Amino acid sequence: MPEAIRICTFLLEGKTFALPVAEVREVVKDLEVTPVPLAPPAVLGLAHLRGQIATAVDLRRRLDMPARAEGEPSVNVVVQSAEGLVCLAVDDVGDVIDVLPDVMERPPDTLRPSVRELVRGICKLEDELVLLLDTDRAVDPSN
Amino acid sequence: MADEVVSEFLAEAAELLDGLERDLVAVDGGNLDPSDVVAGTFRAFHTLKGTSGFLGFDKLGGVAHAGEDLLCAIRESAVGWNREVTDVLLEVLDALRAILAEAARTEKDGDNAYPALVERLKALAEPRPKDACPAGEEAGTAAAAPASPEPSPAPVFSPRAPAPTLVRPAKAAPPPPVAVVPEPAAAVADKAAPRAGGEPHADAGDGATTLRVPVSVLDRLMSLVGELVLARNQLLCQEATREDARLAVTSQRIHQLTTGLQESVMKARMQPIDNVFSRLPRVARDTAQVCGKQVRLLTSGQETELDKTLLEAIKDPLTHVVRNAVDHGVERPEARLASGKPAEGTVTIRAFHDGGQVIVEVEDDGAGVNLAKVRAKAITLGLVTAEEAERLSERETVDLVFRPGFSTADSVTQISGRGVGMDVVRTNVERIGGSVEMISTAGRGSICRIRVPLTLLIVPALIVASKGERYAVPQASLVELVRVPPEREAQMVVDVHGSLVLRLRGAILPLMDLAKVLSTGSASRAGDGALSVVVLSAEGHQFGLLVDEVADTEEIVVKPLGRQLQALGAFSGATVRGDGRVALVLEVAGIARRAGLLSGADSRAGPGVEAVRGGATRPYLILRGRDDGRLAIPLSDVARIEEIAPDRVEQVGGAEAIQYRGAVLPLVRVANALLERRKRGRVPALESSEKLQVVVQQWAGREVGLVVESIVDVAEEDVAIDPTRARPGVAGCAVIQGRITEVLDTAALLAAQMEPSKEAQRA
Repeated sequence: MPEAIRICTFLLEGKTFALPVAEVREVVKDLEVTPVPLAPPAVLGLAHLRGQIATAVDLRRRLDMPARAEGEPSVNVVVQSAEGLVCLAVDDVGDVIDVLPDVMERPPDTLRPSVRELVRGICKLEDELVLLLDTDRAVDPSN
Repeated sequence: MADEVVSEFLAEAAELLDGLERDLVAVDGGNLDPSDVVAGTFRAFHTLKGTSGFLGFDKLGGVAHAGEDLLCAIRESAVGWNREVTDVLLEVLDALRAILAEAARTEKDGDNAYPALVERLKALAEPRPKDACPAGEEAGTAAAAPASPEPSPAPVFSPRAPAPTLVRPAKAAPPPPVAVVPEPAAAVADKAAPRAGGEPHADAGDGATTLRVPVSVLDRLMSLVGELVLARNQLLCQEATREDARLAVTSQRIHQLTTGLQESVMKARMQPIDNVFSRLPRVARDTAQVCGKQVRLLTSGQETELDKTLLEAIKDPLTHVVRNAVDHGVERPEARLASGKPAEGTVTIRAFHDGGQVIVEVEDDGAGVNLAKVRAKAITLGLVTAEEAERLSERETVDLVFRPGFSTADSVTQISGRGVGMDVVRTNVERIGGSVEMISTAGRGSICRIRVPLTLLIVPALIVASKGERYAVPQASLVELVRVPPEREAQMVVDVHGSLVLRLRGAILPLMDLAKVLSTGSASRAGDGALSVVVLSAEGHQFGLLVDEVADTEEIVVKPLGRQLQALGAFSGATVRGDGRVALVLEVAGIARRAGLLSGADSRAGPGVEAVRGGATRPYLILRGRDDGRLAIPLSDVARIEEIAPDRVEQVGGAEAIQYRGAVLPLVRVANALLERRKRGRVPALESSEKLQVVVQQWAGREVGLVVESIVDVAEEDVAIDPTRARPGVAGCAVIQGRITEVLDTAALLAAQMEPSKEAQRA
């Protein structure tokens, strides 16, 4: 029996995405962000998390989605990655669920290449499809 | 328990071996007499043998034992000390280190008993084996006699070419017959003196007053102190908003204690740079031997201390730089003799403190970087195009050696020139907040200068504000703060063809706007209209940074940025401030580089910031003359530079003038003035619809505009004017930026031009 992966889901523009729970450190609501001049557009800036400094990345911009409207709330999923500590700004967080590897499939070829390269796999749940992101690629704001 | 004994033994053994290596290399260089080291080396091997027997490290014991036997034979004068002895003993050290490394990994001493090496040691320890050993023995013995540091003639060594099979070919290749001439005794006198009479390295630390502490404990301690400093800053920040005398007293006390604690922990982590320097003579020796060079190594400042982590971090870069200096810097003996230098090259390594930084310089007296070759190579490698290469300044060309994949050696040698080199050096040094630069003088050698901060974590910094954000500037790069009040702005801040310069006490500094460099806007003025300038120095250059406001100085705890943000090159890290907000730490050299500052041909690196200010150098405004000749005006004569539309020029009494700042500004066309003097009366028509470049300057109590063809640059150089090339209006010729340039005598030029026009006005 293959081992289940525990994933943490979150919403972006009404679509469900997920990251492996093992790589998520915490979820934070309000964060004061210091902008970083010259940084790639997906970088919101730097945030202070109890003595540590995290890079805040807007996952919407990272996935080429339209920007969040002014005042629309966001939540930060904090992950530990190759880039160091990174806060990924998402619209809202969902549940933590266990998925078996056999419900995971390769991302469909129809997915936009810019999104596709961040997706590790697609999970077919009963009522929805969840795109599982690759943490290290998702936090890399270079493109 | 057993683990502790083993790890303590490993640490002690490593120290013993380092000490032995220093001694052996010193003997090899003629700086120590073999008789001074025989006893110490013997004792060291004996200690190793004993302890390894106790710990069950048979292989280690076996090699140490064979070494001990050889030294025993030497001590009893049965065998003389010669170069082969040094070579084989160095090989023994390598073998022992390999076994120790194995033991550190596996807690066993591995399977390699180094039989060939042991055999060789045994063969050498045989007293006078005339028949068994090649004929070189006696000659070698004679060569090592203390009284004659000069080596015996090289050919005597040649019979030894078919040397015994070697265990570790990379390090122990048989010495090339000619190249093995040992360094003379004069070298490294300062180093040798204390060591010759010094205590043997076999002595462990004084158990009563010193303690071995794992580095990890110190690391943890340091990071805790970092957090404490941060919390202290927050406490002070909060305390300031409350009027509570008791809280104030307590927080002051915590402030003092934190500072004291921080200093003590930092001190505990400091180590003399000698720990790294001591490896270098061996590196230089091995490299020289492989490359067929003759090199002596001089070191100074080995007592300079820096943080243990930083020391570790510069170990490999420094080793590479030394190898590079020997391999690529110093020429072959024939070439050196041909160019009138002694056959033996000198590599000097210096360490010293300079304003919160440690500077390590590796200087060689070789041929310097061959610029043409570097350019050609860079083009071949596709690093730059031919046109780009053409435009590169000398400094930029030398800098190409730091590009990834660059290597100038004609052939790839065993030592360096494998394409991983100086770029790795730069990457590694910059990773720890340092910088590397190369200064080369053709035919005279080159200097590789490595700057590293004293410590990594906690640095004093100046907090500046720009566009609503706070930035930290490390104090180490700070020179001074300058406030430019509105009434002095015209005088102090000069726009030279679109780029600002700051005139400060006769010196002229490039001025850049932080907000512009960061693309966040442009600098704002303080409430009273004054400009705030932070004068910084990076890589030996000074420049002004225009900010909105200068706040405060603060001890900051620098946290690293993610890789992507680090790659921007503008920030070296970030810090959490007392109010909990994050501030970016500016990387001064990176900011200057982004503003296109650290690459100009005129901005030469000096040994320190003084050189920029020195009386000898003067800034000149470089102009292009009508026939493409270069002209220069001392910048001290220049008040402002203006661009004006040609239709603003009006004729006043037969002379040209414009309305300027509510007054009449007479204009003098420089090209005409010079031409008129040269070919009397033949003034060509002025054909131009382009904007006029006007250099405004004071003359006889009023302002006059010099119309010039175009402004090329501002150069700051030690200019020698050759007065024999003077002509009316020209003080003489000089070489500026490597090109012949006429230096204008504007006062004389104006006097000749203005007098007639004044008369015309009066008439």
